[in-house]
Amino acid sequence: MKIRLRVWRQAGPNSAGSLETHDLEDVSPDMSFLEMLDVLNERLIEEDREEIAFDHDCREGICGSCSLMIDGRAHGPQHKTTACQLHMRHYSDGDEIVVEPWRVKAFPVVKDLVVDRSSFDRIIRAGGYISVRTGSARDANEAPIRKADSDLAFDAATCIGCGACAAACPNASASLFTAAKISHLALVPQGQAERYDRVRKMVAQMDAEGFGHCTNHNECEAACPKGISVTNIARMNRDFLRAMVVSRDPLRAPDDAGE
Amino acid sequence: MSAGQTRTLTVYDTAIGKKAAVAVTGVVLFGFVIAHMLGNLQVFLGPKALNDYAESLHAVPTVLWAARLVLLGSVAVHITFTVQLVAISNAARPVGYRSKKSLASTYASRTMKLTGPLLLAFVLYHLAHFTWPGLAMGAYSHDPADVYGNVVRGFSVPWVCAIYLVAQILLGLHLYHGAWSLFQTLGLSHPKYDRVRDLAPKLVALGVVLGNLSIPLAVLSRVVR
Repeated sequence: MKIRLRVWRQAGPNSAGSLETHDLEDVSPDMSFLEMLDVLNERLIEEDREEIAFDHDCREGICGSCSLMIDGRAHGPQHKTTACQLHMRHYSDGDEIVVEPWRVKAFPVVKDLVVDRSSFDRIIRAGGYISVRTGSARDANEAPIRKADSDLAFDAATCIGCGACAAACPNASASLFTAAKISHLALVPQGQAERYDRVRKMVAQMDAEGFGHCTNHNECEAACPKGISVTNIARMNRDFLRAMVVSRDPLRAPDDAGE
Repeated sequence: MSAGQTRTLTVYDTAIGKKAAVAVTGVVLFGFVIAHMLGNLQVFLGPKALNDYAESLHAVPTVLWAARLVLLGSVAVHITFTVQLVAISNAARPVGYRSKKSLASTYASRTMKLTGPLLLAFVLYHLAHFTWPGLAMGAYSHDPADVYGNVVRGFSVPWVCAIYLVAQILLGLHLYHGAWSLFQTLGLSHPKYDRVRDLAPKLVALGVVLGNLSIPLAVLSRVVR
């Protein structure tokens, strides 16, 4: 089938970008969206033109590398599906598709469709861990966990950190990502010791990175390829407001963004 | 704060803290809107009931001014923090999308930034209309001792009623998203009660709109005269 792509091209972080039109003549419905871009890139290389830069790794929907805004929807039109798992059979002959990078200040464009998501790494580094002695592993069933809580923790832990939540948010807020990373530790016994310090540190870092604030539009939940619920954001808010009361430790200032 | 410094976080330091203050002041203003509506609905009980109620509000000046200060303070915090939060979000996406679809947000949630300032303008107009009449609204003449008469004269002008009608629709939208959003912001979410939390804002917002609109409509249709 014929597909017309309008792809964002930007030479570097500080260059001006624009949409570039490419017509593809025989796109197979069995191709994934990224395979279609591969075919286009092969053609561009043969024509001695610069190929389109885009992030990808596992192509199985689990690594969180792909980050395409396809026709105004993060990861494209399929619900709970990453761009790499989106197949061209969902399109019809003659469709025009606009492809853009995530538009978030804290995710600066590196080139074309590739954005730098290190801000997420810095939020994790601020507190998204538990401090335990490494070495011999403890028995996995030593600490009893309520089944309902372990399920909720696992749901939160399925976050692949792709950034679709912040990309889809009208405020470019990273609340769903940060809330998921706070929740999957706040719900299990191992995460309790640092629970209220963690939430303060991670929220402070999220703000320092320049993300917007949450106004409860729920666009993040709808865009999330893992279907992570906004109830995690309520949990983050609850823990954070509680932390302001119960946590007496002064807080180290957040890492400078983009150091 | 610069890196390395250590100090405690305050409500003012983070977006979540500010948002919580917006939610709490929203609750105060929400409470006022409901009390104001219930008080005004006494217009259906006749001139004496409404005028006596109006007089009782002014009975203890200390209480009256304490309530006014709480409301004014809430309005100030609600607006100041919201303006700061909107500035943060505007800065968070310097380059917009060429194409962007809304999947889950509602008309009410997307228009909060618009309905807010419009409601402020309406509140000022409403105060000028009934509390400190400096503007001549149609054939309106103000009598501080006769609130009932003020209501009847005030709403006998159709274009004034039209302004109130539009304002109530804006209020309904603002209250609907605000009521849903404030529970989420304050972290009040539980699977057992989330269905109530989704339904109640719609019913309460609709109730306020219909309750408030019943007054000008009753005057226009000469049910109240």
